[in-house]
Amino acid sequence: MFIKHSRLDRFILMLNTTFLILAVLMVLLPLIYVVIASFMDPSVLLNQGLSFHISDWTLEGYKKILTNPAMIRGFGNAIFYASAFALLTVMVSICAGYALSDERLKGRSLFMTLFLITMFFGGGLVPTYLLVKNLGLLNTVWAVIIPGAVNVWNIILSRTFFKGVPKELREAANVDGASEMKIFLSVVLPLSKPIIFVLALYAFVGQWNSYFDAMIYLDNPNLHPLQLVLRSILIQNQVDPSMISDQLAMAEMKKLSEIIKYAAIVVSSLPLLVMYPFFQKYFEKGVMVGSLK
Amino acid sequence: MLAPALILTLIFKYGPMYGAIIAFKDFSPIRGILGSDWVGFYNFEKFLSSPNFTDIFMNTLKLSLFGLLLGFPVPILLALMLNQVRRAGVKKNIQLMLYAPNFISVVVVVGMLFIFLSPTGPINQLFSLITNEPIMFMSKPEYFRWIYILSDIWTGAGWASIIYVAALANVDPELHNAANLDGANLLQRIRHIDLPTIRPIMAIVFILAAGSIMSIGFEKAYLMQTATNLPTAEIIPTYVYKIGLQKGDYAYSSAVGLFNSVINVVLLVTVNFVVKKLNEGEGLY
Repeated sequence: MFIKHSRLDRFILMLNTTFLILAVLMVLLPLIYVVIASFMDPSVLLNQGLSFHISDWTLEGYKKILTNPAMIRGFGNAIFYASAFALLTVMVSICAGYALSDERLKGRSLFMTLFLITMFFGGGLVPTYLLVKNLGLLNTVWAVIIPGAVNVWNIILSRTFFKGVPKELREAANVDGASEMKIFLSVVLPLSKPIIFVLALYAFVGQWNSYFDAMIYLDNPNLHPLQLVLRSILIQNQVDPSMISDQLAMAEMKKLSEIIKYAAIVVSSLPLLVMYPFFQKYFEKGVMVGSLK
Repeated sequence: MLAPALILTLIFKYGPMYGAIIAFKDFSPIRGILGSDWVGFYNFEKFLSSPNFTDIFMNTLKLSLFGLLLGFPVPILLALMLNQVRRAGVKKNIQLMLYAPNFISVVVVVGMLFIFLSPTGPINQLFSLITNEPIMFMSKPEYFRWIYILSDIWTGAGWASIIYVAALANVDPELHNAANLDGANLLQRIRHIDLPTIRPIMAIVFILAAGSIMSIGFEKAYLMQTATNLPTAEIIPTYVYKIGLQKGDYAYSSAVGLFNSVINVVLLVTVNFVVKKLNEGEGLY
């Protein structure tokens, strides 16, 4: 670059840096606050805010949250739902995307329109709920996994990906006598690792962070995923009494429930926050392919 | 191979669309969707003439309209700012940090809002230096929209900037050099080189956002509702949930939902048309 900066330019660049630092601080400070607060003695936290004396710190919140059966069950359920959902979504979208990318498929644009319509128009909450109910899926794990499995974005994403796979590869395999299924499984699929990875990550994170379907379809608390457990702790203020021993006075209970909340936030969000930097480039790839078509 | 996706779509996407005809029926669970009597637009009229209608409709519209107006420019600004960062490593790290909130769940974000904005929370601890009374952020209707929109920006703006950052990275540096030689300053170059580059993407993002104006997040609004902030916090999706699934008035609730969907489609088509006109024929479809 040979760009020469005038004094005005340098001033703007300085402002630019300042604003970026501010933006980063605005994003990070709340998170840092939560992490520090989760270690704080609750009475110190309520009276004087954060403190950096080790003597004011405690692991009490984490002890309570990590031994809470509802949290542990929620974690287990969330891992199951997210993995199963990711698996199903990837299979369905890859197959559909592959089929739609093949020019020999008749009625491609008709099918595509059929999918696209559902992006912008839907039957609504109640008819969907009634359908799930009539199919007997209420209060089963399937209610959370199946209805959302077809995602039009994912189909577009994989169709775009497969369009980029050279036709010659398939033709060569065909000449070698491979069947359509064989071509897909042993030629196309091994090349598709990036798209599979992108879709699986998206689906996993989305399902991990959602609570709505589980809330309307699952009454049984044993089936509740982590987000529903968090909802009762963080938003409905229902800290499980068994988490706090009965001998403690009400006031103490209230204080303790505060750091239990902080600890719950850290415990539930940390896994994703630690993992995503490693997958960042895949997430970015997904956004790009999806939007630039 | 198309079959699984096709079947699932027909069942779970088109099934409910068919099911939406209960909006035109006096639904009785015993007689089923087909067996119930037709009542025409009765349920729609009931909603349009109900005393709640104006409030709920305007709440939905205001929340998403203001959200769009405030939220749409932020990712663009972030991208333009990031584009000025010279060192790739630094830029990467800043992006990494700005993305973080995108990976935090709605439940946790709203949970954090309740904690931070509670009368004894950190924000009020800060404010207590200035005011004597703690501010009841979460229970006052007048704060709901601000909290909703600003926290949305906090969560999503960094992530939403990705696509603009990517587009800006494709700008030929020679263009900037040439403009620089011609005496264009930084702001002029941003205005005449960077902005036109990302304009088509801005148009598409805008159309998509405008098309979903009426379908703004049930998930977050519902969590943020308290007994006292409902005058501004009740929006169509949460209303549909409450009368439909909580009170069991299926037909009426479906009518409200359908009304919402139709407005959405109309908005999408209109905005696409307008943007196409303004954007030299470049629309979503």
